[in-house]
Amino acid sequence: MAVLQIREAINQAIDEEMQRDPGVFIMGEEVAQYNGAYKVTQGLWKKYGDKRVIDTPITEAGFAGIGIGAAMTGIGVRPIVEMMTWNFAILAFDQIMNHAAKARYMSAGQFSMPIVFRGPNGPAHMLGAQHSQALESMVAHVPGLIVMTPSTPYDAKGMLKAAIRDNNPVIFMESELMYGIKGEVPDEEYIIPIGKGDIKREGTDVTIIAWTKMVAVALKAADELQKEGISAEVIDPRTIRPLDEELILESVRKTNRCVIVEDSWPFASVGTEIAHRIHTKAFDDLDAPVEKINSADVPMPYAENLEHEALPNPEKVIAAVKKVLYR
Amino acid sequence: MKEEKKKTNQPRWADLNLSNEKLVKMYRDMLMIRRFEERAAQEYGKGKIGGFCHLYIGQEATGVGAIAPLREDDYIYTAYRDHGQAIARGMDINGCMAELFGKVTGVSKGIGGSMHFYDLSKGFMGGWGIVGGHPPLAAGSAFATKYQGKDSVTICFMGEASTNQGVFHETLNMAELWKLPVIFICENNGYGMGTAISRAMAGEHLFEKASGYEMARGAVNGMDVIEMYREMSIAIKRAREKSLPTFLEARTYRFRGHSMSDPGQYRTKEEIDEYKKRDPIETFGRELVAEGVLKESDLESMDEQIKADVQKAVEFADASPQPPLEMLHENIYG
Repeated sequence: MAVLQIREAINQAIDEEMQRDPGVFIMGEEVAQYNGAYKVTQGLWKKYGDKRVIDTPITEAGFAGIGIGAAMTGIGVRPIVEMMTWNFAILAFDQIMNHAAKARYMSAGQFSMPIVFRGPNGPAHMLGAQHSQALESMVAHVPGLIVMTPSTPYDAKGMLKAAIRDNNPVIFMESELMYGIKGEVPDEEYIIPIGKGDIKREGTDVTIIAWTKMVAVALKAADELQKEGISAEVIDPRTIRPLDEELILESVRKTNRCVIVEDSWPFASVGTEIAHRIHTKAFDDLDAPVEKINSADVPMPYAENLEHEALPNPEKVIAAVKKVLYR
Repeated sequence: MKEEKKKTNQPRWADLNLSNEKLVKMYRDMLMIRRFEERAAQEYGKGKIGGFCHLYIGQEATGVGAIAPLREDDYIYTAYRDHGQAIARGMDINGCMAELFGKVTGVSKGIGGSMHFYDLSKGFMGGWGIVGGHPPLAAGSAFATKYQGKDSVTICFMGEASTNQGVFHETLNMAELWKLPVIFICENNGYGMGTAISRAMAGEHLFEKASGYEMARGAVNGMDVIEMYREMSIAIKRAREKSLPTFLEARTYRFRGHSMSDPGQYRTKEEIDEYKKRDPIETFGRELVAEGVLKESDLESMDEQIKADVQKAVEFADASPQPPLEMLHENIYG
């Protein structure tokens, strides 16, 4: 088994799918000659050329729309649209929410929408307010969109391959800070189905739900808690929409306590929805209300100390776990 | 071109290779749109049609003249004023009326409504409700056909107000940069809802917006179905043979309000009457009679037949069932 960085795992997924299906192409800012702003598309332009690895102008709404229009013609074209970050993709939200998400429904199923919008999401490090937003709840709010967000190289590759083969618009959210994280990736082909979560660590006393960068925070907290004799289970839904609700409920029914960790803002977050589902569907199994750790409810400041203060960290998670354990 | 036509006794379309059959079809399509929409307005008044209903009346020559020279494997995008182009593309009027009625027999099974007519089998890609939102999709359609080595072209209708949106300019830039076989037809009816173009757009020559991208461009009389056909034929040839885009400003006028709820206080009755003298259907009908393509009595019998067809469409729509409740949750994913 090879040890790959997440950026390499994503690159492999794109490369393999482009090899497999000549209808797959990738477009975005700096994806071709520059080899990707975060080097995710390294080498692809050299391999596939101008036709299939396409540098765009800086015009997110425009090229998102071109990808959507290409996908819905139904002639075997499957665009991957790279957003340099999801902060910039906000410019394309009209295209994604009003067009990609609704074409199939409004046409009563005439159109298919095989397209992936992918790029880094969430705060990184000292990038300031306009470059440090976790936007998964905004896209997960919209019926018609699929939202996936991997936390390991293994997951990233298998999930992206599923996303590229799917006939729905998939929002694939990565993380700048995680592109260099390494992990084992099998040499043989595998697919991680959309909507399938994963238990990242088994435990019995409390369920910690986290995705992308926050999985590492949750695992670190779990290690610390273990030292105090508290056994935490860490669940990574991997797909935000559709949510692997059964996996979450099963874990909570076992542990009876739950903490959700996310680096998005607290108001109307994905965690809010998950907490609601647990409260309504596993109420009798709960020994405490579900707790949520979010980023501070502020635009992200630049100053290092303030940014650190704003973000979730293992200490905050440990405190929340102790709260639901009444310790 | 225009001076030459009087030298001979040939009709002004002599150079266009248009059969009488095709000319009559163009006239019939325009009249069908007119009668269909007049009936739609009545049914709206009776409460049979809900929501927004934007009528194309007055602009028929633009849609029919633009769509008539297309092939079956070409694609059409348009905005929310979409009934006219759908009918011009040959979509079933029973299905169109049923869609307005919100019935499961509609072209979008009652899920889309007036603004969202679709028929993928005819390359009719809708029917989009966000002003200026769909032009990049049309460019994407052209991108896809080019990518797959097909020589289909995509045409994209839009109102003049959409050219003030940012994404319109983003789209023109990439369409020219990537040499996409797409034709943008800006239907300039003079008003973005109730705001006259002079109050919304800097500059006087709308089609020159495309000059910033060095795109082939021009203005055409959108009240004249033959002139539309002529200019579109040139643009389609450019797209199909050279894979190059075109921006056409079709100068037209809508005789009715922006939608059914338009009080119309932003323009005068005199202005509307002036344009009605240039009614695209009446003028073309007179010309067809003058050129001996049709007789006056043909026009009348055609009108009677169309009215009867529209009546049947209304009856069909009225008798059709609403979508079953389970459709609420269908076709979100696939």
